[in-house]
Amino acid sequence: MSSPILSVSNLERRYGDFIGCTDISFDVWPGEVVAIVGESGSGKTTLLNCISGRLERSSGSIRYNMRDGRFPDLADLSEAERRFLMRTDWGFVHQNPADGLRMRVSAGANVGERLMAIGDRHYGEIRDTATEWLGRVEIAGDRIDDKPVAFSGGMRQRLQIARNLVTRPRLIFMDEPTGGLDVSVQARVLDLLRGLVSDLGLAVVIVTHDLAVARLLSQRMIVMKSGRIVETGLTDRVLDDPHHPYTQLLVASILES
Amino acid sequence: MTLPEYNFAYLDEQTKRMIRRAILKGIAIPGYQVPFASREMPMPYGWGTGGVQVTAAILGPDDVLKVIDQGADDTTNAVSIRAFFAKTANVATTTKTADATVIQTRHRIPEAPLSAGQVIVYQVPIPEPLRFLEPRETETRVMHGLEEYGLIHVKLYEDIAQHGHIATTYAYPVKVEDRYVMDPSPIPKFDNPKMNGSPALQLFGAGREKRIYALPPFTNVVSLDFEDHPFEVQKFKQPCALCNATGVYLDEVVTDDRGGRMYVCSDTDHCETRREEGHHGAGLPISGAQTAKEDAA
Amino acid sequence: MYVAVKGGEAAIANAHRLLADRRRGDRDVPALTLAQITGQLALAVDRVMAEGSLYDPDLAAMAVRQSRGDMIEAIFLLRAYRTTLARFGNSRPIDTAKMRIERRVSATYKDIPGGQLLGPTFDYTHRLIDPAMAGDEPVDEPLRRAREDERRAPRVTDILNDEGLIERDVLSDEEPGDLTRDPTAFPADRDVRLQALARGDEGFLLSLGYSTQRGYGRTHPFVGEIRIGLVDVEIDVPELGFAVSLGSVRVTECQMVSQFTGGGEEGAKFTRGYGLVFGQSERKAMAMSLVDRALRAHEFDEQRLAPAQDEEFVLAHCDNVQATGFVEHLKLPHYVDFQAELDLLRTLNTAKAKNDEMREAAE
Repeated sequence: MSSPILSVSNLERRYGDFIGCTDISFDVWPGEVVAIVGESGSGKTTLLNCISGRLERSSGSIRYNMRDGRFPDLADLSEAERRFLMRTDWGFVHQNPADGLRMRVSAGANVGERLMAIGDRHYGEIRDTATEWLGRVEIAGDRIDDKPVAFSGGMRQRLQIARNLVTRPRLIFMDEPTGGLDVSVQARVLDLLRGLVSDLGLAVVIVTHDLAVARLLSQRMIVMKSGRIVETGLTDRVLDDPHHPYTQLLVASILES
Repeated sequence: MTLPEYNFAYLDEQTKRMIRRAILKGIAIPGYQVPFASREMPMPYGWGTGGVQVTAAILGPDDVLKVIDQGADDTTNAVSIRAFFAKTANVATTTKTADATVIQTRHRIPEAPLSAGQVIVYQVPIPEPLRFLEPRETETRVMHGLEEYGLIHVKLYEDIAQHGHIATTYAYPVKVEDRYVMDPSPIPKFDNPKMNGSPALQLFGAGREKRIYALPPFTNVVSLDFEDHPFEVQKFKQPCALCNATGVYLDEVVTDDRGGRMYVCSDTDHCETRREEGHHGAGLPISGAQTAKEDAA
Repeated sequence: MYVAVKGGEAAIANAHRLLADRRRGDRDVPALTLAQITGQLALAVDRVMAEGSLYDPDLAAMAVRQSRGDMIEAIFLLRAYRTTLARFGNSRPIDTAKMRIERRVSATYKDIPGGQLLGPTFDYTHRLIDPAMAGDEPVDEPLRRAREDERRAPRVTDILNDEGLIERDVLSDEEPGDLTRDPTAFPADRDVRLQALARGDEGFLLSLGYSTQRGYGRTHPFVGEIRIGLVDVEIDVPELGFAVSLGSVRVTECQMVSQFTGGGEEGAKFTRGYGLVFGQSERKAMAMSLVDRALRAHEFDEQRLAPAQDEEFVLAHCDNVQATGFVEHLKLPHYVDFQAELDLLRTLNTAKAKNDEMREAAE
């Protein structure tokens, strides 16, 4: 494809006098993983919430390349179109799986919800699809009727991923997807994510403070500080040869620790 | 001091007009819950205040009113509501489904098919079919507005996954004219098919929750289900013990403390009419021993 | 032969006859007079007027008597009457600054212009059952201050306002909402919320207000002022071109001075919680002002996590007439739905028994 899937330009979000993020422009191309890194308070989560339609922007434009070839600003879509997009063509993986799952309904229903939302009405087929997706995120099929409350943190996160991917979205937003997990569990989830992203050709915007996560998953990196982008580039280049003093500091602190 | 006085038919004419506007809007948008300024009624909330307000707003002097609760004309709350309208509106009342022009009901639809020109008014406790999935009004209104009904199928999916069946037996949600998901009030799902394409006007009033909704005659009403788990109504193994009717909804009557049970029509008018026509049931209760034998067979 | 139970009508009539008998009690004891109820159970009458949202002591007393002292039943009676009344007009807003004060206390200032006035309060009584209550002993006349003693008593919040230390009250000529005439839409505005709270159940609001003090939505409240007394109710008469007084009502007003906010251009300011109730009911007015402030959380960018801050939760559940109706409707017959559930349960258990049998056979 010759055009980006998501195009952000001059985006700004203010909270009164306070700047959440400003002067943000970047494109995401189909199949590309872009990591947004920075310390807490750098504005990266505000940015993620703005571009994923979860938070209103103050100014700027966010355009999305729809399946039908239109490339509208998200603000020009109707509420119905936006919500439809969110539950079909997009995914959002929360740091805390409880924010993205229905904790009191079974794993199968969690995965099947999006299918039912777009009109699937065959119980057996929904269940087969759910079983298949549980398998892809390495959850045993016999857990399909168990509720997420009975799952470990890592399993919950994998279930959340399956729930998002079942409609074959083209763009996934992730907010510190491994942030709440033990280090040993993190590796497995990251590995799984990397496999799924490349198998499915997903475009991903991932927010993380963990440069190791960014290095493992992303091709391109955006470094933020005080609500602004200070450096962008290919992930390996930014990490191996950081230009901006702040990025140098970030990279150095990782190496030291 | 002045002693209290009450208006004819209890509600003042302004209020009736307001309710009629809500009813008309409901008829224009079948299945859509119209907010209305529900009044405080002289019976408790949850006891039919919504139905009573709708009935009061549409009742004319020539109407013949029937009131049922659980299918029966003689249950205490039905008696009380019928007496209320006999007193305040001085209308004729009946227990005969065929003779009534307005039927107010709680939890049942009469067995005899309704005809054109009749109005059935349902008393509704919780009008929002999504309420137990999403408690927030602000959110459920958006869900209806955008036709986001995936969540209700999640509930049905979960039923099948946990029980092997859709475990909703009453207040079974329906989709109206392929648009709005609607709560049919707590009628048994047995009665759901009667709503579909009925020649009668169906009005729903929820007083405490301040909502009115409607199904104009001949509206398409479909009970939600899955293709491979289609909607089914309850079936009873035996006919009515009094009138021998089959294919009707039966009440289980406990006849003794040794497991004796009998099944009789929930619709008392239907049962009486059949008996007048000469139908007779087995009459006597099934004893405990017999019930056990049948189950074992 | 089994015969379905009949005779609902006769049963109801007989039940009501028995109710009337029990209400009257021993015929040798004189019946309660309305004057006795309005005079000696005045706070019960006040509560019925407040939550019934109709100011008419005689009718409220009749309702108390008719309900055998069941307060919510009495409130219900008054409400069901109120809803039938024609609206002739709207009064002008009452001016509590011009209240003929019977009681006034402030917890924020030791002395205030107009003074603190204890009035007819239970505060500082020792809660010992008084043997005098068993009889009819003579009661001393109260002491009254001379009329000219009445000084102007500005509201404490006005004193804070003059210094710019409390958020300004927003003046508005907009017609306030009326939840008895319009269906409530969420989010609701403060006028509708206050109306709901003013009619809301005293016990429910008391518990919610209490919960904010225990950390479920803290508001750091101080009682700026409670005042109880009579205020004039005036109505504009277009033909006359001026307002005429319809009479006066007793109200209790509580102004809570709460958690400050801001620090921007305007500087930090205390915020307000407001309570106003018909009659004398300090408990209700105070609880109301706590809940009012808690419900304003979003105005001050406070996190809304506690029940008292949740507008839909509070407004949907504070009305005791609604609550009692819906809770008590559970005693109405539900046998049609219960039958459906019975059937389902039996089906599920039969299926399980079959499965178990098959499993056993397989083993």
